Amino acid sequence: MLKLPIYLDHNSTTPMDPRVLEAMIPYFTENFGNAASRNHSFGWHAEEAVDYAREQIAQLIGADPKEIIFTSGATEGNNLGIKGVYEMYASKGNHIITCTTEHKAVLDTCKHLEKLGAEVTYLEVQPDGLIDLKALEAAMRPTTILVAIMYANNEIGVIQPVKEISAIAKKHGALYFSDAVQAVGKIPVDVIADGIDIMSFTAHKMYGPKGVGALYVRRKNPRVKVTAQIDGGGHERGMRSGTLNVPGIVGFGKAAEIARLDMAGDTERISKLRDKLENALKVIDETYVNGNPAHRLPHVSNISFKYVEGEGLMMGFNKDIALSSGSACTSASLEPSYVLKALGLGDDLAHSSLRFGLGRYTTEEQIDFTINAVTDTVLKLREMSPLWEMFKEGIDIDAIQWAHH
Amino acid sequence: MAYSDKVIDHYSNPKNVGTLDKGSNTVGTGLVGAPECGDVMRLQIQVDNATGIITDAKFKTFGCGSAIASSSLATEWLKGKSVDEAVKIDNMDLVEELNLPPVKIHCSVLAEDAIKAAINDYRSKNGLEQLVFEERIH
Repeated sequence: MLKLPIYLDHNSTTPMDPRVLEAMIPYFTENFGNAASRNHSFGWHAEEAVDYAREQIAQLIGADPKEIIFTSGATEGNNLGIKGVYEMYASKGNHIITCTTEHKAVLDTCKHLEKLGAEVTYLEVQPDGLIDLKALEAAMRPTTILVAIMYANNEIGVIQPVKEISAIAKKHGALYFSDAVQAVGKIPVDVIADGIDIMSFTAHKMYGPKGVGALYVRRKNPRVKVTAQIDGGGHERGMRSGTLNVPGIVGFGKAAEIARLDMAGDTERISKLRDKLENALKVIDETYVNGNPAHRLPHVSNISFKYVEGEGLMMGFNKDIALSSGSACTSASLEPSYVLKALGLGDDLAHSSLRFGLGRYTTEEQIDFTINAVTDTVLKLREMSPLWEMFKEGIDIDAIQWAHH
Repeated sequence: MAYSDKVIDHYSNPKNVGTLDKGSNTVGTGLVGAPECGDVMRLQIQVDNATGIITDAKFKTFGCGSAIASSSLATEWLKGKSVDEAVKIDNMDLVEELNLPPVKIHCSVLAEDAIKAAINDYRSKNGLEQLVFEERIH
């Protein structure tokens, strides 16, 4: 029996895998020690558990366990990675290159640094969501200390050419930072092969607990350091003070291990469902898939249904299906998704978009239900849409002088 | 954000979706909003020229649930009113009836604007001067 509601918003967060929960439970009660307590068995047990998790996580991304710095999540990781490099490498330069489709945790961090004297280049993306490597090359300066380009985008799922980006950064003596929160655990990420120097990611996007993340900080070729943004007891090799969230870290480790072992199977199954969903919805007239389809996460599909508004569309089925829209009708700004706008999509298409994020527990039955519900609602709302009527009559909607409000 | 039952009801069973003959001089059409802003409303009134009574009203709306509900409710209220009474429909009455939250007040403003635009269109087709409404910020 199909159980409702259906969760298709896995880019926002994922449910915790029961295996992860099971691994965590003893660390709340029995093994509650502080991993920094060096002089008794409670502390030793906790430290051992943290070390084990560090190995599990390092293995997922091809890193050395010593290169994993635990954080509270990817927002903190992005702040620490970017601000930490800016402070640590101030003597080498003050220029940072990032791109317009980054997460706010990266963009706002860069804006903050601009106030402190950083020069930041925000690269535009191409209509398919990928950055232009020639533009990156051209933006490099002698003072460039950091290139911060995400691994995969949270709204459209496009995967940036990470190897090429890191090669360009390296050639010009800059470090490469990647916000890989959407990629790690979903697709193979290897910090050595990818040439990544610093990388943030988080547990709750890979079926682990919320409130725990990691920053990968390379230890050799080159040895990278970031200036701590939280001062205190000097935990995590002095880069991130604060008592470690032991149960969270244990869960993160378990989630990383499961992701590594199950990735190939999950990807195959989920991408088939994603393709089924996408192909069925593309049959609807005037429907556009956003982002480069060949360089994309296997579980994401972002689709614009022209002439219907995203929030209105979701209302047709949001008691049964949970997903996100690029329409920002609920936000005070009324601005649609800046990511979709950065692709050069008109605001109308941005307002008309839905993001489907499939996951480990998504079933074919759920996808079939979603296809029907979305199709029915799109057709119903188009019957109600003055824009659809104009389009059908051959009126050029762009030529109308709309009163902007 | 949770919608009120009334918004959900109008969204699920919208009243008076449709199109009137915009060329007719007994029909007034108001088209307001912009696709870039995420909402466009087209509201039409059919007026009995002899009595000045609105005998029918239709809408089509591109927008969120609150925008659809606001225009659906507006058409319900318009039917049976005289044009002079219809001018007095205030967006805050729609807000109250539909329990719209502050972030959705602009949907009701748009509906009020659509009513006024439809009335002015009707007036201009029938040689009447345009009513001037206060500019409002929304």
